[in-house]
Amino acid sequence: MHYTDGEPAVQAMLRDMGLSSTDELFKDVPSGVRAKPDIPAGLSEMEAQRRVARVLGKNRSFGDAPHFLGAGMYHHWVPPEVPYIATRSEFLTSYTPYQAEISQGILQAMFEFQSAVCALTEMDAANISMYDGATAFAEAALMAHRITDRAQVLVPRAMLPDRLGTLRAYAEGPGVEVVEYAYDPRTGQADIADIKAKLTDETAAVCIENPSYLGVFEEHAAQVAELAHAKGALSIVGVSPVSLGLVKGPGAYGADIVVGEGQPWGNTPSFGGPALGLFACRKEHLRQMPGRIVGQTKDKQGHRAFCLTLQTREQHIRRDKATSNICTNEGLNALMAIVHLATLGGKGLQRVARINAHRAKLLRERIAALPGYKVPFPGHAFNEFVVQCPKSVAQVNQHLLAKHGMWGGLDLSAQLPELGNATLVCVTELHAQESIDGLVQGLKEVRA
Amino acid sequence: MTAPEYRQAKWGYRLLFELPGSTDGPVMPEIQGVPERGLAPPGMERSSVPLPNLTRGQVVRHYVRLSQRNFGVDTGAYPLGSCTMKYNPKLNERVASLPGAADMHPLLPAEMSQGALQVMFELQELLKRVIGMDAVTLQPSAGAHGEFVGMLITRAYFADIGQPERNEVIVPDSAHGTNPASAAQAGFKVIEIPSDKQGMVDTKALKAALSERTAAFMLTNPNTLGIFEENVEEIARMVHDAGALLYYDGANLNAILGVTSPGAMGFDIAHLNTHKTFSTPHGGGGPGAGPVGVKAHLAKYLPVPLAAKRADGTFYLDSDRPKSIGRVRSYHGSFGVLLRAYTYIVLHGADGLTQNTRKAVLNANYVKDKLLVYFPHIVEDALMIQPPESDAQEELDRLVAALLQIAQEPAEAVQSAPHNLSVQRVDEVGAARSPVLRWQGEQR
Repeated sequence: MHYTDGEPAVQAMLRDMGLSSTDELFKDVPSGVRAKPDIPAGLSEMEAQRRVARVLGKNRSFGDAPHFLGAGMYHHWVPPEVPYIATRSEFLTSYTPYQAEISQGILQAMFEFQSAVCALTEMDAANISMYDGATAFAEAALMAHRITDRAQVLVPRAMLPDRLGTLRAYAEGPGVEVVEYAYDPRTGQADIADIKAKLTDETAAVCIENPSYLGVFEEHAAQVAELAHAKGALSIVGVSPVSLGLVKGPGAYGADIVVGEGQPWGNTPSFGGPALGLFACRKEHLRQMPGRIVGQTKDKQGHRAFCLTLQTREQHIRRDKATSNICTNEGLNALMAIVHLATLGGKGLQRVARINAHRAKLLRERIAALPGYKVPFPGHAFNEFVVQCPKSVAQVNQHLLAKHGMWGGLDLSAQLPELGNATLVCVTELHAQESIDGLVQGLKEVRA
Repeated sequence: MTAPEYRQAKWGYRLLFELPGSTDGPVMPEIQGVPERGLAPPGMERSSVPLPNLTRGQVVRHYVRLSQRNFGVDTGAYPLGSCTMKYNPKLNERVASLPGAADMHPLLPAEMSQGALQVMFELQELLKRVIGMDAVTLQPSAGAHGEFVGMLITRAYFADIGQPERNEVIVPDSAHGTNPASAAQAGFKVIEIPSDKQGMVDTKALKAALSERTAAFMLTNPNTLGIFEENVEEIARMVHDAGALLYYDGANLNAILGVTSPGAMGFDIAHLNTHKTFSTPHGGGGPGAGPVGVKAHLAKYLPVPLAAKRADGTFYLDSDRPKSIGRVRSYHGSFGVLLRAYTYIVLHGADGLTQNTRKAVLNANYVKDKLLVYFPHIVEDALMIQPPESDAQEELDRLVAALLQIAQEPAEAVQSAPHNLSVQRVDEVGAARSPVLRWQGEQR
């Protein structure tokens, strides 16, 4: 077999044990439950690779057919150092670092990750990840419910449907009510009046994303946090992590919990996963935080050392009273994130963030100037923005694919029908200038 | 036989943030006119970003050195019980880094992602057959997430058939902590039952705990002590007679694959861990994936989306499932992890999976027999050892020799371990007493 000792070793071991066949090791399995898998026979490695590569070859990857999709996952430049470090066997094949002494490498890297998340979000403490942005958001809402003992959360109606859906699934068990608030149709930002109207003494948290799902920075984020605090509720802020190279962290404008999809830091989109749930909070709420946390301590000789800490919050100690059931998380993806941030450095992250915002501004202006196209929200965009098209988004994207070998933005028309033929267009530092020019040309060719 | 002495590298204890640096960052494409101000609302912009600015060489050395202070399956045997620390095939890493996998956006239309959808669909089909279930979801991001999904399915099922009063989930006291935590997170009351002297399900205790309030019984088989529950057919009968569902925790699936299956044993819901049974790397704590299989009567409650195939042979994502528990994460699951599991199953096939199971159980019993000569069979303060199928006989013999050598060393030498790592015993109590959770030096 591929990765095991051969038959001579098997026979030697059986002889040693006084057995004639491995069948004797399965005597405990009753005949009534015996079953063999009805799947094809195995292959050689070269055949298996060819088969899998052929199937994957049917995909149109970003390099093969550019597109302008974002909405939570983004194609950013990943420095070659990131996969190089993350696939080092000592990291890749290591276990969860419960045994601190043998795991100082990954523990220190996770501590550095926590430190970077705290520095960029301007929060006191971070965990070493949740599964993804959606589960991080859902767990933040449950954490607010535990802290405030209130059973209602206010969330934007305009949000990635996956995130809202995940929140609803997580809210089911503890019976937390999810209340949606509107966006301001003039700005695409949170509708402050609607938040005020829906905020009650039962509200555990007001959630906001900055930039918003519709791509614009929330100019009134601080006011939203103040409104929440005035009612005794918490402020939960979702971030787009690369934007933290451009704007202050939510800790600077009153957030109690910060979450986000961390994929844009050093992880490829990989068709949606593995992802990286970012999670940070203020120190007074630390003991309600879900997930694993690394702490700095000392070894017997007084050297700096690291270990998993505050584990009495977690399922392996607290069982059904744990803050969350999460066990395996996204450790390797967090490692990629910190290597990414280290490679870019503060100046690199700032430069990348500025390029994104600048390109989004320029592209939005170019599309707004095309006959039949409108950009409804005028505020500062980070790296995506809404465009209203003269024809259906499906027709526009099919034209781009047929004539230019590319795909446009995300079709919002089913989710937010009031916006008409709306598409969410994303541009990053990774797009070639000719792809951007091709998009503008392709859009120009579609007329009402 | 003496084991070669392992000595971990020592490289000092500096943090990334303490390295001096003054680079300008990676060179970016020349884009004209990027302003230094005015790209974000007034008052929201940062003037500088609090990360060090190091050369590539500094960064790579820093993390290569950290890697040398870490231990993985590729470094040496790591026979942790229930964790199935088997060899992680490098073929998996090769296919997962292909552009058709890594550089795929999850919101691409089906016509541009047929390959990814085919992988998902075929993996669902393969796993159905491997675990003996009628439908499989690939959405859960890890085993515990799979348990949570299984519990939400349980909840939806009883609500749908008009028995919402079933709000209790029974778990053995030996169950992994995620079992009770997942049941509680889905809103169930958790009832723990004692195990018998052999660590098996105490069927009398189970019978006493089952009632018209029972929604499910969660069971790991082979159980947490590595023993196959011979009474599994009776247990299934008891649980079903009580009108409840039987839940399978796949932590130890690697020991039975190809010999029996959760479906054949009578389980209604089963999760599995791709980073255990199906060889995807543990990655220092993830990413994992925790696909969940169910019997036909529960298929309609599976989370969305499911990968599906049309009559014309094309693949699509099916989210139009009215009885579904809905979304449990964003996009379509941990595709990069699932692809590795798919590759492992395609490579091994039915014969290979079965042979691996036989070798894994042989390895475990071989080590057990060797140790039994020297160590009494006690459970308190026990080590759980699970030598995976990929460990060669030579490695098993070295493991046994090392354990015997430790047993003969003076107590002081053992209690002062570790000796050859980059740190000595770490003060975990101190870490929890006064938490230091981030670098606290001066922010640059």
